[in-house]
Amino acid sequence: MRILHYGDEALLVELDDPERVLPLATAARGEPGALEVVPAARSVLVRAARESQPSLIARLTELAQQPTSPAEVGDEVVVDISYDGPDLADTAVLLGMSPQSLVRRHAEGSYVVAFCGFAPGFAYLRGLDSALHAPRLPEPRTRVPAGAVGIAGEFTGIYPRESPGGWRLLGRTDAILWDLERDPPALLVPGTRVRFRAATPT
Amino acid sequence: MIEVVAPGPLATIQDLGRVGYAALGVPRSGAFDRAALRLANRLVGNPPGAAAIEVMFGGLQLHLLRPATVALTGAVCPGAPDRAAAVTLPAGARIRLGAPAHGLRSYLAVRGGFAVPAVLGSRSTDTLSGIGPSPLRPGDLLPIGETADPVPGVSAAEATPSQVLRVRYGPRDDWFTAQARRLLIETAWEVRPESDRVGLRLTGPPLARVRDGELPSEPTLPGAVQVPPDGRPIVFGPDAPVTGGYPVIAVVTDLDPAAQLRPGDAVRFSAARFSSAGG
Repeated sequence: MRILHYGDEALLVELDDPERVLPLATAARGEPGALEVVPAARSVLVRAARESQPSLIARLTELAQQPTSPAEVGDEVVVDISYDGPDLADTAVLLGMSPQSLVRRHAEGSYVVAFCGFAPGFAYLRGLDSALHAPRLPEPRTRVPAGAVGIAGEFTGIYPRESPGGWRLLGRTDAILWDLERDPPALLVPGTRVRFRAATPT
Repeated sequence: MIEVVAPGPLATIQDLGRVGYAALGVPRSGAFDRAALRLANRLVGNPPGAAAIEVMFGGLQLHLLRPATVALTGAVCPGAPDRAAAVTLPAGARIRLGAPAHGLRSYLAVRGGFAVPAVLGSRSTDTLSGIGPSPLRPGDLLPIGETADPVPGVSAAEATPSQVLRVRYGPRDDWFTAQARRLLIETAWEVRPESDRVGLRLTGPPLARVRDGELPSEPTLPGAVQVPPDGRPIVFGPDAPVTGGYPVIAVVTDLDPAAQLRPGDAVRFSAARFSSAGG
């Protein structure tokens, strides 16, 4: 664990264990002086005025070393997916398995939203079967439709709206990932547990 | 109401940004030159974070459909109602801003603020995410809000925009060679034309790394100086994404002057302390 300065108005807590990111982010939100807390893959950013930083550094050091309680998990969301993505066949070849096996392993996983980034409501889901870890596409697509379900490295995720993107697309969903009329607007917020359900092919 | 006759190259509504939604992937957005926005609002008696128009490279033309008190700050545009002072104009008046000789972004505040609907607590246009009002188009009618504060009746001298950006090294300066850390502050970087509210893209000697591989996605903030594999730094602007996978060599501690840099301008970084990273 290391705490690094991020400019004058934020601290970056770097963690060795990705499983500690969310518990630390949750705990840090309640600390005096923490103006905003943003988790990512292995680190947590804490915005804080300069005068609050010395005491926060001490508290964050303590919090990062406390045992994590796996009981603190969020709501579960089930997302229906049609596994007909354009990269399904190529990715199955790359991973040395059949497309059916790739779909089954992806759909059977239990996932947790580790963090959001890239675009509003784009959730990085941890829990992908390690046999399914594959690099991004060598050439990103200029246009990925909203609802496309992809994998990249250790993560799986769903594009909330049409955008460019380099993840390998396995399927798609009709779920609305981002809706400004909803509070919070993101369907998948950090800590949410996610299960996928394969839609029956028609 | 104020009618937009022509927006110029890019005119957007901006306040102090959409704070507190980074964990959902929402950029902060807001005025690029926050000091200029605050000053414009102060001149017309608004709260500092009232919504104003951020004008990029002049060209904005407005038609006032009712009397309004306005002030323009930031880059000096020919045709401005007055220089850094509030001016009350009658209904029917027109404002036509020319291109500034120096600087890039100007802020036009109106007494009462622009009362477009707020989205997630802000009226700012986020050019990356598409959240908030669209960039201004000809024919847009902008509502004006109410304010109770008096017009202070002062004019304010503005500082000449600096071509030097103060940075603090880190969090990932240890990913770079000692020479790259020195080059960061010793180089007169040139602003590339593809710079925008998402990032100021610079060109100069490539900043070499001491380690390969990818950084797991990390949270970012406006001001982060991120270095992609080509070694050319990008200074994150207000609409930058909230996470990134390239190492951040330093963070700009006062981003306001960066808002006024134009393509082709030279810019330097200065640091209170040299990088503390070893190696």
